[in-house]
Order: sequence, then C-alpha cells, then structure tokens
Amino acid sequence: MFARQSISVSQLTTHIQQLFDTDVILQDIWVSGEVSNMTRASSGHWYFTIKDDKAALRCVMWRSSTVNQTTIPQNGDAIEVHGGVSVYAARGEYQLYADIIRPLGMGDLYQEFERLKARLAAEGLFDAERKRAYPAMPQRIGVVTSPTAAAFQDVLNVLTRRFPLAEVVLSPTLVQGDDAPPQIVRALQRLNDYTDVDVILLVRGGGSIEDLWSFNDERVARAVAASRIPVISGVGHETDFTIVDFVSDSRAPTPSAAAELATPNIDDLREGVNLGLLRITDVMRDSLASHRQDLNATRRALRHTSPQVFVRNSRQRVDDLNNRLLGGEKRLLSLLRERLRAREAALHAASPQALLERGYAIVTRTEDGRRVRSSHDADPGTGITIQLAADELKARIEDKDTHERYKRTLF
Amino acid sequence: MSDISELSFEAAFEELEGIVERLESGQLTLDASVSLFERGRLLAAHCQAILDNAELRVSQIDENSLQNGE
Repeated sequence: MFARQSISVSQLTTHIQQLFDTDVILQDIWVSGEVSNMTRASSGHWYFTIKDDKAALRCVMWRSSTVNQTTIPQNGDAIEVHGGVSVYAARGEYQLYADIIRPLGMGDLYQEFERLKARLAAEGLFDAERKRAYPAMPQRIGVVTSPTAAAFQDVLNVLTRRFPLAEVVLSPTLVQGDDAPPQIVRALQRLNDYTDVDVILLVRGGGSIEDLWSFNDERVARAVAASRIPVISGVGHETDFTIVDFVSDSRAPTPSAAAELATPNIDDLREGVNLGLLRITDVMRDSLASHRQDLNATRRALRHTSPQVFVRNSRQRVDDLNNRLLGGEKRLLSLLRERLRAREAALHAASPQALLERGYAIVTRTEDGRRVRSSHDADPGTGITIQLAADELKARIEDKDTHERYKRTLF
Repeated sequence: MSDISELSFEAAFEELEGIVERLESGQLTLDASVSLFERGRLLAAHCQAILDNAELRVSQIDENSLQNGE
C-alpha cells in the first residue's frame, strides 16, 4: 500500500497561513500581556514578545504603525496589543502583526485619546507646515509649568549651564488634576498677551498616564495651536507621547531636553567668538605680511630710480674733483716756490753784500753815515768809513794839493 | 557704526561673523582691513565679556501680577 503523496513544507505552511488569514477572530483581536524582549530595530520596526504565566506570543509592529504609537512599550509593561495573527513562513512560527499598542487598563482613556488625536489631525493641527521655527538664540524664554515641580528646576539648571544669557519668564500653572487644563491654557495666554518671549517651554516631569492627562486635553492642545509664540513641549519621559507633543512646534522627550532644544550651548558660543577672533587675526597677519612684502619689493624697485643714486654718484664726482683740485693746488704751490727761489737768487745776486764780495766797497761819511757818491759829498778832513766784504776801514779825506803831492811823491 | 557696549551678544556676534567674512574675502584696502580688524577685536572682547558675566534672570507672570498692573 502506498502512503498518500507527501506535500512540501511550503505547501503546508501556505495552507496553515490561509487558515489564519481567513479567520475573522484572528485578524482583528486585542491581546493583553507583559512585554519582554522588546527590540527597536534601526529600520523602525519593533519586535517583542507578550506573555502571561502560561504562554508567550511573538509580536511584530512595522514602522508604518510604530510612528503612530503614543507609547513605546518597555519590558515588563502590561499592555494590550491590537492586530492580526498570521504565520511567519520562514520559521514556521505564528505571530501577532500589531498595529496598535496601549497600556493595559487604559482602554477608555486610550480610545478618548485616539479619537481626539484623529480629530485634531484631520483639522490639520499636526501638519508639518504649521510648525514654526524659534530663534537659535532666544533672549527671553517663557516657561509654562508648576513652579514647585522638579521639571522647572531641571529647566533652570539646563539654562544656567547652557545659556545664562537668557531671561526666563515663568508663567506658573498646575500641571495635573482637573484644574490643570484651564490653568495651562491661561498660562499660555498670559505669555502671548503680556510678554514678548521668543519661545515657550511647556513642560512637566514624568508621571503616570493619568498624571500626564492634562497634556491630552483638547483645550490645552488648541491653546498650543493658537499660541502666537512657538511652543516646545517636554512632557514626561522619553517614551511618553501626548496630544500636546503632536501640536507643539517642537517635541522634546523631557523638560531638560526642551530647555536644551531651545538654546545654544555657551561653550559653542565661546568657541565661535574665539574662532572669529582667530580668523580675523590670521587674515590680518597674512594681509600685513603681504603688504610688507609688497613694500619691500617697491622699495627695491625705487632704489634704481631714486635721487639717492644721483646723489651718491654726484658725491663721487665731487670727491674726484676735490682730489683733482688738491693735486692742482700742490702743483701750483711747488711752481710758486720754485719761482720764489729763483727770485731770491736773483735778488741775492743784486745785493750790496754780493757787490762787496766781488771787491766793490761802499763809502759813507763816518759822522752821519751818508753815502759818498762824489768828491763833493766829502770835503777834505771828513772822516769816512769804507765798507768791505769782510770788514771796514776808517779813513780821512785829504785835500787835493796834498794828494797831488803824494801823487808826485809816489810817481 | 553702533556703540559696541550697547550691543546684545547676538548682535555683536552677528557683526563679528560679518567682519570675518568681509576680511576673508580679501577685497579691502589695508586701512579698511585694519579698522575692521580693530572693530572685530572689540566685538569679540564684548562677546566674551557678556558670556563671562551672564547670569540667568528669572521673573514670573501670574494672575496676581497682572491684576496689580505689572
């Protein structure tokens, strides 16, 4: 006997899958359990398991649904998951393909939340083009929160550390309880009507979903939408989403994060200023260096055409001339000196002494020193002095007769 | 040009950034560069002084202060 013909694993799996997919109950079901193995993939899909004390159910939620969730489930959370159960063929496992997650026991609140969210979304209150930019460096920051709450202190701490240049204007309000929503609305209005703050931080610290419920209030949501001044929301913890988060111009996961989002960091500002100073100093140094270089080049070029060159050349010519002049003077002097010597020699040759040397004599009257040039200058008996080259003679003139006598006697 | 000591941090910082750009464009005479540089230096000092002396100021606007005409 032959067994019936076998079918492939794929064929079997496809068959089971069809059974699941055509089951009305399996395709639209809420399942409750405790979250474990929560994994948020970088693709945006979530993978997790929900379990009770007897069974576990693998769940997957695609990115198309995760982006709409108001709560990110954490391990240990009791939640309700909506979706359809089907088969993951590759592993032969059935799993819940989830599209909605809500905290367990929040069924009514959750539905209210979803209805409001859908209505406001339909009105366009969440539209991206409604989101307004706020200044990068707000001078005045409005804060809507409870003055006694840790959230306000967190905001002040962040602002003191990051951007102490700001001025904070607190618009105080209750942030939980039935009176909170109208107070929050009024606090927002006060800032809009009576101040010129650049941005409003609407913040509240973490709490239970009921604690945060004021931020899912329609009046608050509409007040945020109506605010003239951009609003940054920072409500609860990172995993909490409120209607206000969808309406606000920017959503921060916590109050501290809202303060950070609204302000620049003073360290960055300091660095920016220093960098600016550094850059203009560099430019200036380079510019001066290049101008100096130009100047030196010009100076070199100028040197060739400058009067300095003329002056220097002229100075040399003057020196030349001077030297030539000095040489001329010297020659002239020696010439004169030579002539002088010749004149001296001539003069000497004509001097009486020279005559005496040659044997001439000079006769003067002894009594008065007058030259005797003729016999009339010296009568007989006159004493005369005869000047010779070596010495002199003294004599006396005789009369003519006596002389004649002598002559005769002699000749 | 406005008196530097009157400028807010943001205004002074913005002007400093403008000066950095103009100086780095390199289209200026030496005289213009030197005076821009000098103003940039003063602006940076002013910014630093503001940052050094900044102290967070906190005020409050509530229903009572509104009723009291504040």
